[in-house]
Amino acid sequence: MSTPTLELRNLEVAYTVRGIDREVLRSISLSIEPGEAYGLVGESGCGKSTAAYAAMRYLPRNGKITGGSILFEGRDMVTMSDGEVGELRNSVISMVYQNPVSALNPTIRVGDQVAEVFELAGKSKAEAGMLALQALVRVKIADPEKVMRRYAHQLSGGMAQRVVIAMALASNPRLLVMDEPTTGLDATVEAEVLDLVRELRRETGTAVLFISHNLGVIRHMCDRVGVLYAGALVEQGTTAEILSNPQHPYTVGLLRCIPRGGLHKNTDRLETIPGSPPSLGLHFDGCVFATRCTLADDRCRTEKPEMVAVGPSHVARCFHHDKAPSMPRNIEGASQGLSNPSKRVVPEGDLLNITHLSKIFAQDGNKVQVVNDVSLFVGPGETLGLVGESGSGKTTIAKMILGLTSAESTSVMSLSGKMLARTLNKRSVADVGALQIVFQNPDQALNRRHSVTRIVSRAVERLSGFSRTNSDNRAHELLSGMRVDASLHNARPAQLSGGLKQRVAISRAFAGSPNLVVCDEPTSALDVSVQATILNLLVDLQKQDDTSYLFISHDLGVVRYISDRIAVLYLGRVMELGNAETVFNGPHHPYTEALVSSVPAIDGSQRVRIRLEGDVPSPANPPTGCVLNPRCPRMAGSGVEGLCTTVEPELKEVEPGHFMRCHIPLDQLRVTQQK
Amino acid sequence: MNTTSTEISDKSNAERLQIRKERLALLRGNKAFIFGVTILGFWVLCAIFGKFVTPFKIDDQNYEFVSVAPNGTYWFGTDPNGQDVFSRVIVGSRLILVMSFAATIIGTVAGTSLGLITGYFKGWFDTIVMRLLEAISAIPAIIIALLAIAAIDGQSPVLTVLIIAFVFTPNIARTVRAAVLAEAEYEYVAAARLRTERTPHILFKEILPNVMPPIIVEFTVRLGYAIFAIATLSFLGAGVEYGSPNWGTQISENWALIFNNQWWPTAFPAIAIASLAVSVNLISDGLLEVFEI
Repeated sequence: MSTPTLELRNLEVAYTVRGIDREVLRSISLSIEPGEAYGLVGESGCGKSTAAYAAMRYLPRNGKITGGSILFEGRDMVTMSDGEVGELRNSVISMVYQNPVSALNPTIRVGDQVAEVFELAGKSKAEAGMLALQALVRVKIADPEKVMRRYAHQLSGGMAQRVVIAMALASNPRLLVMDEPTTGLDATVEAEVLDLVRELRRETGTAVLFISHNLGVIRHMCDRVGVLYAGALVEQGTTAEILSNPQHPYTVGLLRCIPRGGLHKNTDRLETIPGSPPSLGLHFDGCVFATRCTLADDRCRTEKPEMVAVGPSHVARCFHHDKAPSMPRNIEGASQGLSNPSKRVVPEGDLLNITHLSKIFAQDGNKVQVVNDVSLFVGPGETLGLVGESGSGKTTIAKMILGLTSAESTSVMSLSGKMLARTLNKRSVADVGALQIVFQNPDQALNRRHSVTRIVSRAVERLSGFSRTNSDNRAHELLSGMRVDASLHNARPAQLSGGLKQRVAISRAFAGSPNLVVCDEPTSALDVSVQATILNLLVDLQKQDDTSYLFISHDLGVVRYISDRIAVLYLGRVMELGNAETVFNGPHHPYTEALVSSVPAIDGSQRVRIRLEGDVPSPANPPTGCVLNPRCPRMAGSGVEGLCTTVEPELKEVEPGHFMRCHIPLDQLRVTQQK
Repeated sequence: MNTTSTEISDKSNAERLQIRKERLALLRGNKAFIFGVTILGFWVLCAIFGKFVTPFKIDDQNYEFVSVAPNGTYWFGTDPNGQDVFSRVIVGSRLILVMSFAATIIGTVAGTSLGLITGYFKGWFDTIVMRLLEAISAIPAIIIALLAIAAIDGQSPVLTVLIIAFVFTPNIARTVRAAVLAEAEYEYVAAARLRTERTPHILFKEILPNVMPPIIVEFTVRLGYAIFAIATLSFLGAGVEYGSPNWGTQISENWALIFNNQWWPTAFPAIAIASLAVSVNLISDGLLEVFEI
């Protein structure tokens, strides 16, 4: 057997926090063969990134290796001098970070930055420039000469990540560490970056340590997977084995939390993993997962399980691995206690109706139309999903509905048949309370200087007109209904976990008994097990009060689970609108088709990827004809190319309740998409 | 070791106290900061109680002991009027402290308000106000003060305080505005608008608590400058009444005596000014470190 490129042997890492060593990696052993891609998965705080940095012996100042060894091609990096480790990092080990834009120096032109890597390797300036250009060609950047003269902020996220990858590959590394390389990118861009990495790996035979919380991405990218929980490796095996036949209760639970195709809020509650991950460096007598495991018994709590072989090249650290695949489902009961003091009358017909909604921003003297004549309605108790790549206008539409951004004067919005003012200041208290929002990032959405009670109570006071005391009482009632324990009501947001913060934010949104709540990526900052509890909570609230949601998400699995109808947006236009199942199952708009096909499936079923070429065009200068035509995967050979490039299609009803903005007839789409 | 939420709250409350404790410990462990607080504390005590503890009445003129060098009775010597330098230094702390604190507080309040408003509203109002403030800060502070004092009234401490506050306002406004620009993008501000909060509430109840650390640090920095500015103005004979016990005035009345080898009526007030300014700077450095700005 050849020497593995990277081998961690019983690696232990601790962080010193306030003078005490906290164990973050507990005796991790894994090895990566040359040319192999190894994925590490797990929820936040489980030690994934620490493991990635430890593989380069690159730990934060308060981190230290307390045991074990890191073997790079058989040489122990733990005992090496700093100089030797630096030498390795310069030549044979590279890293790609999560946020590509902050990984690039904003003051140096992209070309010079890439060339610098070659200059460090001893090439002359002219030679380095040539090699930099080749490196950019290699990562398939369109128009590389032009890109070389740009600065980092002038690149899109996908382009920036390509540049970072080009730099990482410049030294022809034998080990590439990738820490969530596609997390901030749109699904279509993510798919392209992943394809690129796969291709380059095939060409170069580089070993890859791939960190991700997204199991679909891992499935797509990795040969073998290790599952981390509380700093311990609990299961390891080939990707297909782990994701199709998991044997550790944590892996089983994690997979069950994910909203996948076929599940819908009307028929299925999402499963969750009870409890929350342990805090950093907690000591365990037994299994690290015992406190949250439905299979745990006394032995699990007192004795540490060893890794046992559960199949060929598949190991799990569990006493009860044989029972794990069929372990009882954990479905929490519906949230109760949200007694609505002033139960509103549910209106007949549409709750929210918007027509000709437009927004033009002035940018450097240019007029940029980010939202272009959007007409939508939301019925009572209905969820309308908004999907589309970044820059498609999703959030702007939401802000205009809320009145945070004022819509153009041609726009008409009405709530329960009554006209809505275009700006917040001109709306009545009742209208403001009726339209609320749950933001993406609860850290920024909750004032960190205010207590949980105050955050919710103030909203009750302003929106329901209660006295201070009654508001406080109502706030406590709301919070308890959202399962925020009474002992936390006086806490500050910083003391709460991400899931709890989001529950507080939801409590605040429901303070004024809203008719419609905009959910702007409410779970994208959360782990999947927490995401499942938040989605369940939102569904419960909807069922109790007939609240409508406008649900914005880039996670198509989540949108499909929670939405009744879906609107697909591109360049500020509705491209497709219809029932969730219709939109997902097709025949769909070519753009929707590309979006849906770019999501890597966890079950490994490989759809044909429909590619969208190039980047989203600037809304300042949209293409003539159909705005999708330069990237449309179905235009070529459709027979209507002439129309597509000259005339913008209308949003037409192609079947009852199914709208599409496309020149290609539905039947023709049905045939081509079934191929 | 069950992670119930009660336990989370106990832990996090403990953590909160812990962080507060750690900050205090960090300050307590910072020798420079403690030194600064001690000196400032000493001068504040002098300003409050100085009148009652000085060995001599400050206005007592003892013509038998004119310009006496420091000795056992007159610790800092006496000046040409036969007044005890030590007593006058101790009591002189009052005026400079009151004036510099008042000027800094007024400047901070004005600057913070302007910074909050311009940072929150942006647009043309912001542009105009910031250009005006830049224009003000382009003129040296002392010149503005001298001109204003000379133009209006020679020796009004109240006017001096207002002028120094006015001169400080742009600096503080700029610091606060920068912090508010970042803060206003946070979604808690949008959330406040979505519960019909009025603008003053958003500015002072929502945003202000989150921009306090830079304001506190800016305050201490400005206080240091205020001390120097007031000392300088009174040395130049502007801003305070003649004859009042005041360090700057003491220096300006006696500095020429240095050439007669009578250094004490000048040196001791000068040391007092330096010690006060240094103490305030040490405090601001300590706070800067703790707030990690």
